[in-house]
Amino acid sequence: MLLTSYFLAALAIALAWPTPLALSKAKWITRAPVQAVLLWQAIALGGGLSMIGSMLVWGLTPLGDNLISALHGGWRLLMGDPGVQYPGVVHLFALSTAFLFGFHLVLTLIRAAWRTSRQRAKHRQLLLLLSNPSETRPNTLVIDHDMPVAYCVPGISNSVTVLSRGLLTQLTPEEQQAVITHERSHLDQRHDLLILAFTAWNEALPWLPTSKLALEAVRQLIEMLADDRALERVNRQTLLKAIVTVATAAAVEESTSANNSANAQLVGMPGGEVSSRRLQRLLSPENSLNRPSRILVLTSTVLLLACPTGLLIAPTLLSWN
Amino acid sequence: MASLGDLERSVMDLLWDSAEPLTANDLRDDLAALGTDAKELAVTTVLTVLARLEKKGLVERERSTRPHRYAACSSREDHTVGLLNEALGSAQDREAVLARFIGGITADEAASLRAILDSVKSA
Repeated sequence: MLLTSYFLAALAIALAWPTPLALSKAKWITRAPVQAVLLWQAIALGGGLSMIGSMLVWGLTPLGDNLISALHGGWRLLMGDPGVQYPGVVHLFALSTAFLFGFHLVLTLIRAAWRTSRQRAKHRQLLLLLSNPSETRPNTLVIDHDMPVAYCVPGISNSVTVLSRGLLTQLTPEEQQAVITHERSHLDQRHDLLILAFTAWNEALPWLPTSKLALEAVRQLIEMLADDRALERVNRQTLLKAIVTVATAAAVEESTSANNSANAQLVGMPGGEVSSRRLQRLLSPENSLNRPSRILVLTSTVLLLACPTGLLIAPTLLSWN
Repeated sequence: MASLGDLERSVMDLLWDSAEPLTANDLRDDLAALGTDAKELAVTTVLTVLARLEKKGLVERERSTRPHRYAACSSREDHTVGLLNEALGSAQDREAVLARFIGGITADEAASLRAILDSVKSA
């Protein structure tokens, strides 16, 4: 039990700091965005599990040889069984910290989900008053405005893609196809849930700079994923032209509107180096990562999740006897 | 009978297009003029819709006159711009709410990308 808790603590530290730092700088992620997104999730989940797990296992050490017997011991202690040895203040402190930390993570996630769905509902309500359903495309609304804009409002059963009239007039049918396929894949692959989870992670651990790194990395990766889907339908040139038309209009809008949008831009789009990777890979295509490397990444992903989970269930796996 | 959502929309359209505030009776008549199953529409229904819109902050009520007169809080254009700003703005959690096509591309990048594409085209 003791050894297991030390191992989990070491894993938690590794996943909290050096690993995300290295992954955010890794060059290969643009060549295997799917695997990279999975790895980020494993790092966040595995990190949280081992953080909580190390404290839990350490706190339970005096009560039993493995988690089951320790929990049983804890139960008997709570029931006032005099035969059980009292674990001591330090161990109790570790146990309460583990529980509080777990609650904190879950509550932050629930709060973020609630806030997001409320904002979406509000946006959707106004949207219904201000837009018209597209005559040619299902689940698509058209807003009457000259600026070329495309976005989607995710939902469980009522996901919708929003296009502006400007987008339909300024983009060729092929470019529109690129934009719509890109947006649809955000909806189909439920990227919003991914962003929600990492936003909550970042909110729950604001003192951990790597949680911000993870959020930014995942934001970029989902754009790459959606671009890849769009490239199945249109060529690179078309997608790039669509991006540049929409991005230029948005940039002009932001610079002409109130000066607080300059702040907003700083908050939302930090790290010019990272953000341009989406464009770089479109401008100079790279081969996707070779098979052995992809398998290596997937294996590490599975191990990152399996290790802390396995050790939590059977902490005695790591012991000297 | 049209749903409350459709009615809200029709009422907002009328208020946006109207130069001056309207009473519930005016609105009922205007809705009737639009021709959609208007006979069934009671003034109380219009008042219900207006109350809902007022609660959502879309409609203002002038209480100085009898009957009360209603007006849209801000123009249709202002609301559209507001929506688009929400879609384009890069507030911290915005991307969880909406997914934008140009997520994470800055103005500078857009300009340099345009230059690259133009040079390809002319070559």
